[in-house]
Amino acid sequence: MTTTNDPSATDVPLLDDDEASAAEEYGRIHDQVHWSEGSTPQADDLWTRYADDPKRAKRSEYLIAACFFVAVLCGLGLMIVYCIGGQPQAEGTLLFFAFTGLGVGFVLTARDLLPGNDIAAHRHPHPSTPEQRSAVVEAFNRGLEPLLSRRVLLGSLSAAGGVFGLASLFPLASLGERPGTKLEHTSWGNGIRVVDRFGTPVKLGQLSVNGVMTVFPEGSIGDDVAMATGQTMLINVGNADFQVDPFHNWTVVEGAGQDMQRYVAFSKVCTHAGCPVGLYNRASRQLVCPCHQSTFDVLKRCNPVFGPASRSLPQLPLGINPSNEFISLESYQEPIGPGFWNRG
Amino acid sequence: MSTTEERLAARKRHEVEETVFGELDDRLGSSSFLRSAMDKIFPDHWSFMVGEIAMYCFVILLLTGTYLALFFHASSTPVIYNGSYHPLDGVQMSEAYQSTLNISFDVRGGLVMRQIHHWGAVVFLAAVSFHLCRIFFTGAFRKPRELNWTIGLTLLLVVMLEGFTGYSLPDDLLSGTGIRVVYSIVLSIPLIGTWLAYAGFGSTFPGTQIIPRLFVIHEFLFPLIILGLLTAHLMILWRQKHSDFPGPGKTEHNIVGSRLWPQYALKSAGLFMLVFAVLSALGGLIQINPIWLYGPYNAYQVSAGSQPDWYVGWLDGGVRLWPHWEFRSFGHEIANPFFPGVLVPGIVFTLMFLWPQIDRRIYHDYVEHNLLDRPRDKAFRTAIGAAALTFFTDLTLASATDLLGNDFHMSFERLIEILQYGAFAGPLIVGAITYKTCKSLQRTRAHPIKRPVGGVIVRSVDGGYHTLGDDHGHGADHEAHTNGHHTNGATTNGDSANGHTPEVVPSAPSATSEPGAADD
Repeated sequence: MTTTNDPSATDVPLLDDDEASAAEEYGRIHDQVHWSEGSTPQADDLWTRYADDPKRAKRSEYLIAACFFVAVLCGLGLMIVYCIGGQPQAEGTLLFFAFTGLGVGFVLTARDLLPGNDIAAHRHPHPSTPEQRSAVVEAFNRGLEPLLSRRVLLGSLSAAGGVFGLASLFPLASLGERPGTKLEHTSWGNGIRVVDRFGTPVKLGQLSVNGVMTVFPEGSIGDDVAMATGQTMLINVGNADFQVDPFHNWTVVEGAGQDMQRYVAFSKVCTHAGCPVGLYNRASRQLVCPCHQSTFDVLKRCNPVFGPASRSLPQLPLGINPSNEFISLESYQEPIGPGFWNRG
Repeated sequence: MSTTEERLAARKRHEVEETVFGELDDRLGSSSFLRSAMDKIFPDHWSFMVGEIAMYCFVILLLTGTYLALFFHASSTPVIYNGSYHPLDGVQMSEAYQSTLNISFDVRGGLVMRQIHHWGAVVFLAAVSFHLCRIFFTGAFRKPRELNWTIGLTLLLVVMLEGFTGYSLPDDLLSGTGIRVVYSIVLSIPLIGTWLAYAGFGSTFPGTQIIPRLFVIHEFLFPLIILGLLTAHLMILWRQKHSDFPGPGKTEHNIVGSRLWPQYALKSAGLFMLVFAVLSALGGLIQINPIWLYGPYNAYQVSAGSQPDWYVGWLDGGVRLWPHWEFRSFGHEIANPFFPGVLVPGIVFTLMFLWPQIDRRIYHDYVEHNLLDRPRDKAFRTAIGAAALTFFTDLTLASATDLLGNDFHMSFERLIEILQYGAFAGPLIVGAITYKTCKSLQRTRAHPIKRPVGGVIVRSVDGGYHTLGDDHGHGADHEAHTNGHHTNGATTNGDSANGHTPEVVPSAPSATSEPGAADD
């Protein structure tokens, strides 16, 4: 059954794996090359790694059987674990050993008990003959050519396709409401009370110096969108040197001198990508966004001092009502949160 | 050897098989296809298994995902939790988050399934990325395989989005934050961003539509697309046959390896089991995405150390590194997240999709290749690849600046600055070093792929010398080096010396057409 072992010889039998004629050649398939060093040439297609050594083949068979037996044991174990209530670690471990048993068993079978010879097959060139190629073009154009000169037909078809295509896009509008100016509004407004996340109004004196609190417009609790857009950071900056807006004093001041407490409120929605600016650094009096580390200097009216944000956090015009509860005097003077095309 | 009973049993089995395959053939004429299919040759190299690992991950994801989908409720309807995880008792959460808690704590085997599913996604993306690198660095995308390069890249894109939509579904605090960022990135797209965001989410963020919609996308649309593209990927592979590294006996016109049936099928099934084994161990023993620790999503809460899964890291890192630029004029604005969130990945993927066209122009190489390049032989391509990997690594590191800053006792501001410069300098430096290294390696001319035993010179009985490696020394004196018209070098070079293939494809300037090792 041996042919030459020399790969360069021109009569190397090649397995033609794409064609039925291969079947006729089946008897002539040999490992024409077996390149690992020190191996012996394999003459017989039915050769297995341990074919010439029944003892080692038997040993390998038992090893493989042991692997499969591990899977059997683990399978039983999995049933038991499931029945007694399940336990993730035990399940993972048993699954691991079961699949490992099966996997190693398969691989060992392929390695030890199956013909291991390399065989070579032709690669057929992909391109067809020029005749076949022209035949395709011809077949494609068969009967099409006369149609292409019919202007009315083509024109009406394009019109139908265009209009109908357009009509099929209309249902896309059902996907969501019209944006309109929604992005520019929050539930804040004149006289709206400031409440905590349980809906309780926030009063003067509730916040210690350098303390922060997430607050919402009254009536928004339970409304996801209103809470998301209305979320605001109420900060007591104490007597620190807060740069008050020269045109609007949107802060609430209590006491004077050393005991002065100044309350300010800024939108909690980052002007970069909209995450809640939830980290307050008491030492530097900075608000940091945990998502992309945009940093805002509270004392400079939340000017961005680091990170990708390019706009200040909008300041909420904060006031106080006769019962010493915080209120908003107006809504935010600009759209809160990340930028968008029509923001301008 | 075999007993009479065994022979009889074998004969009987053959008869049954002939009937089964015969009945099939009567109806489908399937014999010749099945015969050639089972004889299909697949070459062996460890790096060829990575694509298979990706495929098996997908199968495992389908299996575990189907199980999870039976228990998951894709709904934002608020509920008050009262279940087995007592720390969250009485907390308001969405039904989606509640059902994920139930899968984790109340459904038997649910947590293992969930964690295998998540680990499967993480490994899936790793395998796809590694597979992509293998294809890139060995030039496997060259003609005739450009089509599969395109399909493969599309798969990578869809699989990334599939992963993202998947980990967004539980509606926990971490994933909700990710969705919030995506909303802002969509919002930042010029002209249509606002409309797109409202179409996707149904309303202003967060709305109640996104979780059910992500579920349809994650569990129906994307898997279907992946399945379709994967089928096309494999059918093209089947048609074109696998590429292979150059080596003795291998030419552009043959393929050397083991048959699909049963050797390759059995080995591959073994690999499938082993992939499943590793994912089971990870899923059972190593906690991933413990959503009960994050808590349910609220638009006004966030936790420090919000990192996406690793494959989204480079995008998040880019968003962190991009300077604070925005463009405002004429009442319009191009917001900051657009550049790192849409433009940069857009450019990156466009370049990747175009790479086969760029590469063929760089190397003036327009012919077919079935033998792969050694990375060193295409120094420029390898340098570009190494530079790209450095860029991705830099951006991925940037997505963890807050954590890294803690680990290295460095302020995140400093770290971000370093990584901003690194995104430019890193690729240049690594690319240059890679280029130099490749050029030096080219001069050493020793490589296991190319010269398996070629350096060994053997003295034969009659006193002549010849090089081992062309014939493994099995009585090959009849083919010894007489420097005739039939040198063995031709074969080891990979050039056609094969009588079965009359047409000679002109070789590109590559490893395969260098002076043969065996001739030295």
